[in-house]
Amino acid sequence: MTQLKKRMVQLEVLRYDPEKDTEPHFQKYTVECNEEWVVLDALNAVKETIDPTLNFRWSCHMAVCGSCGMMVNGEPKLSCHAFLRSYEGVIRVEPLANFPIERDLVTVADDFLEKLKRVKPYLIPKEKKSIEQGEFKQTPAQLMKFRQFSMCINCMLCYAACPEYALQPKFIGPAAIALAHRYNQDSRDGGRDERQEVIATNEGVWECSFVGACSEVCPKAVDPAGALQQVKVASTIDWFKEHLLPGGAK
Amino acid sequence: MSRKPYIRQVSKTSWYLKQPRYMRYMSREVTCIFIGAFALLMVCAVERLSQGQAAFESFMATITGPWSFLGLFVILAFAVHNATNWFNVTPKAMPVQIGEEFLNGKYIVGAHYAIWIVASLVVLFFAGVM
Amino acid sequence: MAKSNKPIFWSLFAAGGTLAAFLAPVLVLLFLLLSLGHAPAVLSYAGLHAFAAHWFGKLFLLAVITLFLWHAAHRLRVTAFDFGLRQDSVVAVVVYLIAAAGTITTALCLLRI
Repeated sequence: MTQLKKRMVQLEVLRYDPEKDTEPHFQKYTVECNEEWVVLDALNAVKETIDPTLNFRWSCHMAVCGSCGMMVNGEPKLSCHAFLRSYEGVIRVEPLANFPIERDLVTVADDFLEKLKRVKPYLIPKEKKSIEQGEFKQTPAQLMKFRQFSMCINCMLCYAACPEYALQPKFIGPAAIALAHRYNQDSRDGGRDERQEVIATNEGVWECSFVGACSEVCPKAVDPAGALQQVKVASTIDWFKEHLLPGGAK
Repeated sequence: MSRKPYIRQVSKTSWYLKQPRYMRYMSREVTCIFIGAFALLMVCAVERLSQGQAAFESFMATITGPWSFLGLFVILAFAVHNATNWFNVTPKAMPVQIGEEFLNGKYIVGAHYAIWIVASLVVLFFAGVM
Repeated sequence: MAKSNKPIFWSLFAAGGTLAAFLAPVLVLLFLLLSLGHAPAVLSYAGLHAFAAHWFGKLFLLAVITLFLWHAAHRLRVTAFDFGLRQDSVVAVVVYLIAAAGTITTALCLLRI
């Protein structure tokens, strides 16, 4: 059997115990890792062999569940998707930026979840159909119109990267608005007007200034920045129709 | 067990210094200062033009010289920076779907560069430079 | 929350940005040539006056200057916020007023030519 190459890895992890600490502080760990491991494996090795009090979220370990988002050397990453071989020296691990810290690497995601709900991220069918009337039909071309935006795993890396969300916490944010766009683009959907009431606001898409950081950090190539620009264009056309056409025709 | 979530403060005035991608974003955004300055310069030029030959030629004399050249060169650099960034992001804002595929962004970007070159040559031709 | 009125300013920003992307570099280049004293005959008082007197020249100058002004104004509004100047309503009024002043001045002057 081939020898698995080992590597001593130094982690600097931001700790916070709400019952004891007034402020977070860094704690250093040195742990033996396999060369091909990811940061999540290193954290688990720390928890199992050095410090069982270390808290962090994770689940699938294959970048599909979106649970393990954190800052690795200041960059929003899924810890299961951050390979140790990409890093040299001490690896700094912090909870996902722009969210309150619950404990250690665990953040409070409530704000994101509330915003997700607010944009009505579900099909509001254009035509009501009973089961007996059969299924909604959709061509591959119609599917392609929104498919990319359906790939979001709600990992919140985009919120951690977005400086406008950092500056204005009321901003609905990239993932939520991109998801609204996903449904607006779905040929079966008729709920665009309802969603526009939520996202065509100053807290919605108009807080976005196309920094593009969200798309750069997205692990699923959803391109939320692109989605938001498309929402801006569509909302602008709406605005002109509502204000210039007689009766505000849609 | 009591909860006491900790909110990390972000500097409202220096956040963009923390990451290269934020600096790149700001470099794009500040082009507006130079485009705006240039637009105001053109307003002055039109105003002077409307006041007759003496006024306009006095304006021309003011914008002749090394400091003027330097300032305009800086404006040119930012104008080009704006142009290249603008063209590169256009496919994201306006994707072109053909059937089941999306047109590769490079064609949209390429077309913009082509129009840029043609438009510039046309202007230079009519300005008597070419 | 009510729907935003930003679309009107954003559309001016987008139109102005597109126009500026295509035309600003070459127009700045022309001014650069003027600053060197190497003006071709067309860029003299006589040539430019003739251009501005023509309806196309008026339209071109008004469109370019207006759109550049409103593009810069809206972007400056957002950039000011990014730099930490957070009184958005105040900044908006200031930048849009300057753009409006520039637009009106240009229009009035062009009418006189």
